[in-house]
Amino acid sequence: MDIKTELTEGVTVLFIREDRLDANNSEELKVKLHNLFEKDIKDLIIDLKDVHFIDSSGLGVLVSGYKNASIKHGSLKLSNLQSQVKSLFELTRLHRVFDIFMTVDDALQSYK
Amino acid sequence: MKNDIDIDITIPSHTRYLRMISMIGEKVAQEIDCPEKIREKLSCQLAVVLTEGLVNAIKHASSTAPDKDIHVRINVSNKNLVVRIYDNGVGFDLESVPTPCFTSSGMEEKGRGIFILRSLMDTVKYTRSDGGNVLEMRKNLA
Repeated sequence: MDIKTELTEGVTVLFIREDRLDANNSEELKVKLHNLFEKDIKDLIIDLKDVHFIDSSGLGVLVSGYKNASIKHGSLKLSNLQSQVKSLFELTRLHRVFDIFMTVDDALQSYK
Repeated sequence: MKNDIDIDITIPSHTRYLRMISMIGEKVAQEIDCPEKIREKLSCQLAVVLTEGLVNAIKHASSTAPDKDIHVRINVSNKNLVVRIYDNGVGFDLESVPTPCFTSSGMEEKGRGIFILRSLMDTVKYTRSDGGNVLEMRKNLA
């Protein structure tokens, strides 16, 4: 899975550079998130600008990351949800759980 | 125009084929004779339904028949859209699948696939068929 990682003012931003986040690749993101939490990283933004398709497995990995961040007293926020991704978040009511921002900058601003 | 599409696809039981089945679903939906907005919505929905259905079949077939192919049938008539996904696994009780918890404190990583299928389609059934199982999902088009 192609993921670009940036650290900005103490917040780790993961740019998912895949057009799909589904059962075929979501496990790789899960491992990546697990490794970051193991390194004691607490605040994360996942940018989904390039992701145009998500399934329940992809949603599940984001939920897993959200729960792990909460356990560590940190946070996992999302940015740039595309229309299909947004629809599935709304269908599964996850838009009420996650902090979702239009852009990475907006998400970063929320930490200030 | 009359909707009359019947497609049979046989796919190896592996998640690498999810992209392919999604794209087939989108292309099929684009051929359905209905208003453009509905067609666009159907295209997205069919991609999700086929992905979730195939993952379900892979999951339930993989423990007992990992080398067996999965058979997918898509039928579109003027009345409805029917997707059938056949697997050779042990199966599961669809009725016992709970609705996922929607609160942040109670939410689980897994358990949204069937909920998504039930939300996007009008009926979802999972029954025994010829020694295997068939997941049948219908959406009214009329």
